[in-house]
Amino acid sequence: MDILSLFVIIPILTITGIILVRDIRKVRLVAAAGMGLQLILSAVLIYLYVSARQGGDTAEMLFVKDIVWFKSLNIHYTAGVDGISVSMIALTSLVVFAGIFASWEVDFLTKEFFVSLILLASGVFGFFISLDLFTMFLFYELAVIPMYLLIGIWGSGPKEYSAMKLTLMLMGASALLLLGILGIYFNSAPDGGQLSFNILEISKEKIPMSAQYLFFPLTFVGFGVLGALFPFHTWSPDGHSSAPTAVSMLHAGVLMKLGGYGAFRVAIYLMPEAAHELSWIFIILTSISIIYGAFGAIAQKDLKYINAYSSVSHCGLVLFAILMMNETAMNGAIIQMISHGLMTALFFALIGMLYSRTHTRMINEMGGLMKVIPFLSVCYVLAGLASLGLPGLSGFVAEMTIFVGAFQHPDLFHRIVTIISVTSIVITAVYILRVIAILLLGPTINEHYEHFTDARWYEKISAVTLISFVAIIGLAPYWLFSMIGSSLQPIINKILAFNLF
Amino acid sequence: MSLTNFLLMRHELLLIIAALLVLMAEIFHDPAKKRSINLFSAGLFVVVTIIGFLPLQSGSLFGGMYQVTDTRLMMKNILNIGALLVSIQSVTWLNKEENSEKISEYYILLMSTLVGMDFMISAGHFLMFYIGLELATIPIAALAAYDRYSNKSAEAGIKLILISALSSGILLYGLSMIYGTTGTFYFNEIAKLFVNDNLQILGFIFFFAGMAFKISIVPFHLWTADVYEGAPVNITSYLSVISKGAAVFIFIIVLFTVFPVIIATWKKIIYVSAVLTMTIGNLFAIRQQNLKRFLAFSSISQAGYILLGFIGGNQLGMASVIYYILVYIFSNLAAFGVVAAISNARGKETIDEYNGLYRTNPALSLIMLLALFSLGGIPPLAGFFGKFFLFTAAAQQGYYILVLIAVLNTIISLYYYLLVVKAMFINKSDTPIERFNSDFPTRFALGICVAGIVITGFASIIFEVIKNISFGI
Repeated sequence: MDILSLFVIIPILTITGIILVRDIRKVRLVAAAGMGLQLILSAVLIYLYVSARQGGDTAEMLFVKDIVWFKSLNIHYTAGVDGISVSMIALTSLVVFAGIFASWEVDFLTKEFFVSLILLASGVFGFFISLDLFTMFLFYELAVIPMYLLIGIWGSGPKEYSAMKLTLMLMGASALLLLGILGIYFNSAPDGGQLSFNILEISKEKIPMSAQYLFFPLTFVGFGVLGALFPFHTWSPDGHSSAPTAVSMLHAGVLMKLGGYGAFRVAIYLMPEAAHELSWIFIILTSISIIYGAFGAIAQKDLKYINAYSSVSHCGLVLFAILMMNETAMNGAIIQMISHGLMTALFFALIGMLYSRTHTRMINEMGGLMKVIPFLSVCYVLAGLASLGLPGLSGFVAEMTIFVGAFQHPDLFHRIVTIISVTSIVITAVYILRVIAILLLGPTINEHYEHFTDARWYEKISAVTLISFVAIIGLAPYWLFSMIGSSLQPIINKILAFNLF
Repeated sequence: MSLTNFLLMRHELLLIIAALLVLMAEIFHDPAKKRSINLFSAGLFVVVTIIGFLPLQSGSLFGGMYQVTDTRLMMKNILNIGALLVSIQSVTWLNKEENSEKISEYYILLMSTLVGMDFMISAGHFLMFYIGLELATIPIAALAAYDRYSNKSAEAGIKLILISALSSGILLYGLSMIYGTTGTFYFNEIAKLFVNDNLQILGFIFFFAGMAFKISIVPFHLWTADVYEGAPVNITSYLSVISKGAAVFIFIIVLFTVFPVIIATWKKIIYVSAVLTMTIGNLFAIRQQNLKRFLAFSSISQAGYILLGFIGGNQLGMASVIYYILVYIFSNLAAFGVVAAISNARGKETIDEYNGLYRTNPALSLIMLLALFSLGGIPPLAGFFGKFFLFTAAAQQGYYILVLIAVLNTIISLYYYLLVVKAMFINKSDTPIERFNSDFPTRFALGICVAGIVITGFASIIFEVIKNISFGI
């Protein structure tokens, strides 16, 4: 049994375990144990990966496992990881682990909730380990569809509308993606020979330009929708605000990263020429995402909406950085994915905890919470500071790298869009500090808030796990850079090979 | 006829023998124990299905009128599996008081239609094809009117027989033109003599229209919803799966073997009908409240996806069509099985009445969920693989726009499938369908369907076998 397949097998075993046990307490324990195991496994994976690299293994992907699946179409189950996928896997197991504890209080159809949640997680894990476009696409859809039930059954507010909107928009994106994948497949052997779904094999060929012009936009938009690319971001605020806490965490924290990761791994890696030619369109769109998302967040009163729009802005930054197509910016993009994944999960977890006490998410109905629940409030402030890019926390590292990378382009267009996008930092500060001021500071406006209990043990586990990693990345980003940097080399070489700049 | 000849025709002969045995059983059986005929007939069906899978060499009979190839054998076996599942699912319904008088009729009619379909699939000559087609159609009309005291059922029977007569007439008219210009009815000779003549193309178009009625391709689909709604649920599932599957099978064989010369023409026709069928089927399904009508329109749109496998005229296309029919049999029979179980136990058939079903009948709701997701093409269920291969087959020939239309249609279809999921899992109801335990045959058939939905996709061997026996132009 290879280590990568375990990442899909453990969730499936956990689901089986959850179905078998009867008691609600045991359901939670099985879920936590399974995902705890997954967390340990990802730590092991990091260790194995780093030691293999230090041992001088320079293969592009490590721990490759290849099983022929559909022979006649050359579809394989191919798993393999590089530094980027390893860090995404680690992020996912962290967020899922925290998510299990954040949903400790789900008391209604508990079993089904954890089954759907872990099914979603297994789709995400499968996506990150896949090197075969078919398998990757399969896992992508597997990650999307449980969202419908998760939001529809356990959500709040206009949950049925949001669930349907989210599912249909993401499945619509996957429709474009399917077409893109088929296009790549049928052009994967331009000189004749065996067609392939394998990303590594395709990356060695040059897909004909006419096909690239057609399929790059399809693939990029297909993944971009998941990364909340303007104007396809509208599922995100509705979906995130209606979803139950753990689902918002997982969705904003991990699932949106599927978009960035896919756009990077499939769209840009396999079709860099078209990406270079067409990037200006998408750079403009992502800049709009960044600014529009930030302004959108200012206008909102609902905590979850604020955070959802902030996610639109931050994920726009990921796509923006990927499209810059140079080493520094792409490094920043990967770190931004991880950083945003952690802090947005933290945000949603905290919002869930606040909501379970105040029973409202409207900021103007709350106030002075710092006095009554100091632990949660301090966590909230930390998450906010990370989000606005305070040095010492992960957000700063990511955004700094991205903007430096983007500014390396000497031409006017890139300079202008970079300058415009940088302003989002200021706008972010506005909405973060405004929320902190109204929500946490000032007098306690409702006397029945005095009876609030501060964080319970499972809430502390959830919050502290996430905060510590936000701080680690912020204080010591070097180990992450070194892991990602070497993995970026193949694509950087590919870009340099046709000497674009 | 020598023994070899009998062996070649074993699917048909065994079914005829089985039908006769059921008839004997009906005559000599103790009237008080009529229900045991169920067991007897289902047992016969199992035997026929298993024998069908024994390896057999290819050959032809009656001077080439009747042909046996690996492809056709596979098609017959797939239909056998489907018919077996339908007959097991029907046991509960047949055991009801009002049906106990006519159990054997049901099985005899079912087996006759299957004989007709088998002959049709084995045809190497248009006469054989036509005889098979009629033998397949007329008993189905009788089955649709099985519930004879219900006006709707009688209406469904009449509608089906009228529309079949009409479509047969159109089809025969087209065949007469083809015969007039080529002077033969043998498939292989027509293929040689076809020269893209206008009259021949007109003949083909009439033939196409006749087949389009059977497969319910837009604009020849108008009978579908009414007949599906009126007929008893189990007959509807037979109509939507087996009857449609058989028509699709013979249609793809005829297109690939008889009409390869005018491929440029029929590609255009198929293109337009595929787009229309998918889109209209899907858009009409959104508004349906009755689950039988709902599944009727859903099955129309599925026929549209299936046409994507036709359009390339390639081996992958035929393989994906046969594979998709297999997947579709499992998925649709699972959906109909749940509808039938609930309809038989509680008499409820509309989506609103399914509100809150998960609270009272979790197992049935989950099966329905799997079936609908498989029909909607959600991984890791078999429907996803089936659709993926159909789309790949069309994309292989460069029909990217068509594939785009098809994938967008799957999103529309997902919307209405999710409406049912929403009713079962999310909506609350003051008067949900009360809990009931379904009996063994229903559970058994649903279990096989679920296993099929889950396994058919992952087990790549099934697709590879089908791919090997398929052929292109």
